[in-house]
Amino acid sequence: MNLIEQGFAWILDPENISGPSGWVARLLEQLAYTFGAVAIAAVIAVPLGYLVGHTGKGRDIAVSLSGGFRALPSLGLLILLALGLGIGFRAPLVTFVILAIPPILAGAYAGFEAVDRRTIDAARAIGMTEWQVVTRVEVPLGLPLLIGGLRSSVLQVVATATLAGYVAGGALGAFIFEAFALRDYPQALGASILVTALALVLEGIFALLQKLVVPRGVVVKEQREVRSRSSRTRAVMGTPIREGK
Amino acid sequence: MIEFRSVTKQFPDGTVAVDAFDLAIPPRKTTVLVGSSGCGKTTLLRMINRMIDPSSGHILIDGEDTGSLEPVKLRRRIGYVMQNSGLMPHRKVIDNVATVPILGGVPKKQARDDAMKLLDTVGLDRSLALKYPRQLSGGQQQRVGVARGLAADPNILLMDEPFGAVDPIVRAELQQETIRLQEGLGKTVVFVTHDIDEAFLLGHQVVILQKGGHIAQVGTPAEILAHPANDFVASFVGADRGKRALRIQRVGDRDVVVDENGTPTGVLQP
Repeated sequence: MNLIEQGFAWILDPENISGPSGWVARLLEQLAYTFGAVAIAAVIAVPLGYLVGHTGKGRDIAVSLSGGFRALPSLGLLILLALGLGIGFRAPLVTFVILAIPPILAGAYAGFEAVDRRTIDAARAIGMTEWQVVTRVEVPLGLPLLIGGLRSSVLQVVATATLAGYVAGGALGAFIFEAFALRDYPQALGASILVTALALVLEGIFALLQKLVVPRGVVVKEQREVRSRSSRTRAVMGTPIREGK
Repeated sequence: MIEFRSVTKQFPDGTVAVDAFDLAIPPRKTTVLVGSSGCGKTTLLRMINRMIDPSSGHILIDGEDTGSLEPVKLRRRIGYVMQNSGLMPHRKVIDNVATVPILGGVPKKQARDDAMKLLDTVGLDRSLALKYPRQLSGGQQQRVGVARGLAADPNILLMDEPFGAVDPIVRAELQQETIRLQEGLGKTVVFVTHDIDEAFLLGHQVVILQKGGHIAQVGTPAEILAHPANDFVASFVGADRGKRALRIQRVGDRDVVVDENGTPTGVLQP
């Protein structure tokens, strides 16, 4: 039996599946970290991103902030926070929230910036209030890019949530760190396969969701990676409409 | 009646788009603001519904200073049609047309019924109601834009180069439609264009603008052609050349009108 087969054998072993330290429970913990962290990050980053996207103010700060946050090493941050918050679920959760914010923030403001300035100008000119411009024009038209941001953030966190095991925070990483200590490679491999499978399934779900939220009547242009896109061209499009063209 | 009283607009970058501008726009007529790029015509139009606020001076609508009105309420009672239609791409045609009445509190069903009638008014087939703007041609989208501008039954309709982006044949159709609508509905239309032919075709009153929003001449098309106020106007309207520099040539017992090159363009009717 080679290592891969042993890994799958570990997954299929009934002893490893159920119970409070079986992989089903650990997988649910992994999901709880992922969606917990992304939900908290969304509550912080979506309104902030919308504010930046709508007003165009603070854009530079938002860009450098999301860039800077991305450069933080997750493991270092986790250990630093664990020193302050103790072991358990809190330090990993805070780490993952910080990890989840940048793509959501970028998705939120890039979504607003991508809306045709003329559409917004017309909405205002026919008598929409600023709030109505946001809720009836910018939010629906910016939704595909926001979902894109949520998607990158979920994928990043679901993979990184494995680190929670390092500070006794549970989730699938618990198996891996334990396996390394015991030199139990089939268990390490089995848990890694589960993390990978989970990430792929979530990716598939979000890819589908992203297709579904494209407002009808809108053609989606080629969507590039939200994280790396520069919106310089759109910033030019967004200059106030002036004299006769 | 819309009155500009000594209106000046200086943008934050220092550009003076409009300088001490005075004009009275008569009700139930079409007034066309015409001039080349950068003459301040769009700025003037957008000051009427407070999309731009003047730096100084006043704009009065039926004697009421717009500066004292709430911009959102003001905009809802003034129709606005822009170049490239400005329709919301994620809403169906019918919902685009019904937007303003619904914002104003008209029940959705009634607003949609009214919107259907407006499609007839602007010459669109009702089968287009459930399509999205992207599925329509440029000319059809502009008609939807006009229907949306008329939806709240405003007294005033502002049109900012609405036919600039459609092809010449469709433009000619839309121009005739605009004339028909204005006569039928008796709206006060303020129309911005850089095309002097369009200005003369549509305008009861034509305002020719020079850089900085200075009025070169105001008058009916006939007045302007007959007596251009200065060389700028004469050259802008082309009164001394091409198809406007017509002469009469006697051919037998008839008067034939010929242009600058001697090409006959028509016959004077007895």
